[in-house]
Amino acid sequence: MSTHQHHTKDFLFTYVFSTDHKMIAKQFLITGFLMGFVGLIMSTLFRLQLGWPGQSFEMIELFMGSWQEDGVMAPDKYLSLVTMHGTIMVFFLLTAGLSGTFSNLLIPLQIGARDMASGVLNMLSYWFFFISSVIMLCSLFVEGGAASAGWTIYPPLSALPQAIPGSGAGMTLWLISMSIFIMSSLIGSLNYIVTILNMRTKGMSMTRLPLTIWAFFLTAILGVLSFPVLLAAALLLVFDRSFGTSFYLSDIYIGGQVLDHTGGSPILFEHLFWFLGHPEVYIVLLPALGITSEVISSMTRKPIFGYRAMIGSMMAIAFLSFIVWGHHMFLTGMNPFLGSVFTFTTLLIAIPSAVKVFNYLTTLWKGNIKFTPATLFSIGLVSTFITGGVTGLILGNNALDINVHDTYFVIGHFHIVMGLSAIFGMFAGVYHWFPKLFGRMINNKLGSMHFWITIVSSYGVFFPMHFLGLAGVPRRYYTWSEFPMFENMIDINELISVFAIAAMIGQLIFFFNFVYSAFRGPKAPMNPWKANTLEWTSPVEHFHGNWYGEIPEVYRWPYDYSKVDKNGDFIYGEDFIPQTTPLGENEKDGGAH
Amino acid sequence: MMTIIVVIAVILVVITASQLLKLAELRAKSKGELIYELTQKENKMQGLLLLLFFFAFMGFFVWQIVAWGDRILPVSASEHGEDTDFLMSLTLYIITPVFIITNALLFWFSYKYAYDPKRKALFFSHSNKLEMVWTIAPALVLTVLILMGLNNWNKITTPIAQEEEHILIELTAMQFNWTARYAGEDKKLGRSHVTLIEGVNGTGVDTLDPSSKDDKIVKGEFHLPVGVPVQFVFRSLDVIHSAFFPHFRSQMNCVPGVVTQFNFVPSRTTEEMRDITNNEDFNYILLCNKICGAAHYNMQMDIIVESQEDYDIWLAEQKGL
Repeated sequence: MSTHQHHTKDFLFTYVFSTDHKMIAKQFLITGFLMGFVGLIMSTLFRLQLGWPGQSFEMIELFMGSWQEDGVMAPDKYLSLVTMHGTIMVFFLLTAGLSGTFSNLLIPLQIGARDMASGVLNMLSYWFFFISSVIMLCSLFVEGGAASAGWTIYPPLSALPQAIPGSGAGMTLWLISMSIFIMSSLIGSLNYIVTILNMRTKGMSMTRLPLTIWAFFLTAILGVLSFPVLLAAALLLVFDRSFGTSFYLSDIYIGGQVLDHTGGSPILFEHLFWFLGHPEVYIVLLPALGITSEVISSMTRKPIFGYRAMIGSMMAIAFLSFIVWGHHMFLTGMNPFLGSVFTFTTLLIAIPSAVKVFNYLTTLWKGNIKFTPATLFSIGLVSTFITGGVTGLILGNNALDINVHDTYFVIGHFHIVMGLSAIFGMFAGVYHWFPKLFGRMINNKLGSMHFWITIVSSYGVFFPMHFLGLAGVPRRYYTWSEFPMFENMIDINELISVFAIAAMIGQLIFFFNFVYSAFRGPKAPMNPWKANTLEWTSPVEHFHGNWYGEIPEVYRWPYDYSKVDKNGDFIYGEDFIPQTTPLGENEKDGGAH
Repeated sequence: MMTIIVVIAVILVVITASQLLKLAELRAKSKGELIYELTQKENKMQGLLLLLFFFAFMGFFVWQIVAWGDRILPVSASEHGEDTDFLMSLTLYIITPVFIITNALLFWFSYKYAYDPKRKALFFSHSNKLEMVWTIAPALVLTVLILMGLNNWNKITTPIAQEEEHILIELTAMQFNWTARYAGEDKKLGRSHVTLIEGVNGTGVDTLDPSSKDDKIVKGEFHLPVGVPVQFVFRSLDVIHSAFFPHFRSQMNCVPGVVTQFNFVPSRTTEEMRDITNNEDFNYILLCNKICGAAHYNMQMDIIVESQEDYDIWLAEQKGL
């Protein structure tokens, strides 16, 4: 329970080392977006190389320096860029940036608590994230350059500096940064779990929680159970790199000599990495799905269809996500029987995902929809989740994976289903809860412009990749000009790169809108969307404790939108009934079945 | 100079945009409106745009198939590849309608149910029956795909029995090229280890092992006889690589410290494939498909599939250690 002592106006403790969940949410958001912007620039840079291979871009040499000598990108620097792009986007933007922001902002406000269970741990969680971000960015500037073995950093490539320069100091800093990042994530997740279980207000049973909270809750559980395994994998890699152990290394001849390591297997690393790596994609996705449920429901003025099925399917996804990791390893040479087990579990996970899609569609059916930018992005998420999800049926089937594994087919799949879905969810969350974050309204016209540019150009970037994959084009290739069989596809690359540049420009519109509106946007009312959840009952101005006086009591589930009586009139005269409104005499709570 | 101009231009754009936004807000206020309230007109426009987007999206999808459909891999050059391709086509024929229909519903509903203050949304919160339907239907489809896939996979991943007629080839991956070692008549590879690498013996073959007497080392291009099963074993000397034979629908990682295997039966000669693809310069290819260092993008070896006679002639010319 945070204390309510009167704070002196201390800048350091109000803005920098705040223990208030709302400030911490903003800190995660800004840092996440800044890192995301770096990741976006990186992808634009390597798309320039792929679209116009070997072309000299002298203007870029100005700030890329030795990475782009004579204006042409160096091959191993290309690999650094794709590695860092993946690392930054998956972890820094879509895990810390997405979960950190919305779990922090919404958990206390939506469950009816004054703050998180521990404000201090929460603050530490942010500052560890900040430090790990700084270290990760520093790794770009060390000798040998940043880590270059792919965001999956398989050893021996990531263990041996003689295999690629980025596996020297750059990789060391990567490992340090990620270790601190994992600490940040674990502290945060523990806080979220404890708060949700223990600090709900009176009447807020688990089955009256908004689906955002369920999503953040299950995400936090996934994190707590899987991130420590990545930490273990990273520590063993540190030992192999620096202390002469052989967990992952054996029988290696490189740079003219036989290395001293024997007995280890790189496949051990792959198992440990993917044991986190697969739940990680759901850690990225679930919060976005939760946000979408909330936005679609409140903006269509309808209850989310199948509230319990939505919870059940998120639980099924969370559980199954722990037993599918091997589908990233079908071709490692592991026992084929294992491959079959993982195909079975992987294709199973399609079922709860399909259930969620159908529930979203049914929520939209016969709704009354307001297309704020948040709604647009949520609809976009449903589209990308479908489009990216169905190709999972190919990749998850081991026999079919043989020919598309590590090709552009995979890149198309995960960018659409995870990358686009998660970033769309994040944008939807920012637009929808902007009033709560900054007390101001963000501009709708610029927001819808941002949406349209983004959805058109991002589908333009990633959809063609499925064809490239089916043509056998491998991923992580600096250029395709060494292969006659790929010559007739270089023009596709050009098209993709043009769309990528367009997408990047679209995000500039968002950044402008975001910054302008945060400082100069019109002041927000307390409940601009006429929504039911508790955060809209808390005053617009930020102060510790979230509510003046007592925390509101809750009497119903959050999805009483357009609830009508026997005559077809809205009960209580409005198309929404906040959770704080007591049930009428013969009224049943919609959450009860 | 250019940089300064760009910076000034950006600042001017930002200032202009800010002023325009402020103007828009004041204009709305003067009309008694709130700028952040969507007007009916704006809302209906977004609904329409969503529907139009769906058609543009589908148009883009079809255009890609028409423009690039013939650039994907040609017909399978291996026997098991025919089965894999069939399953791939079947899966595509299942997911494509799902993709189209669900996206159609999404964007159609968005358009049709755009906000109308005169209408009430329908309070329809759950239906166990519907949940059953769309849990069981996907489950059934997936069961079929799983069973077919696993059946396929079992056939593909079973190593060739020693007694069966086959050729045994070891492919050793290293930064940044491949070495093939043919096991010869005895169908046994001589023992090898990294500690034995020296000079010409680039993959560490134990020349004292009797089995390596008839082993042949091949670099740059290797040949296979059509219709004869070939059993590959894969090694790596330094980092993880991956042996990708896209035309043969085969791929297997090469892991240092571990020996992996894969096999297939080449079913079309290089000549045949040159006819099929209408390309005199066509060649089968082995390429690296797991990030392995700076020159990962150029680690390849040509593969020629030919008649048994031509293969025998070629093999006789290859040298051992």
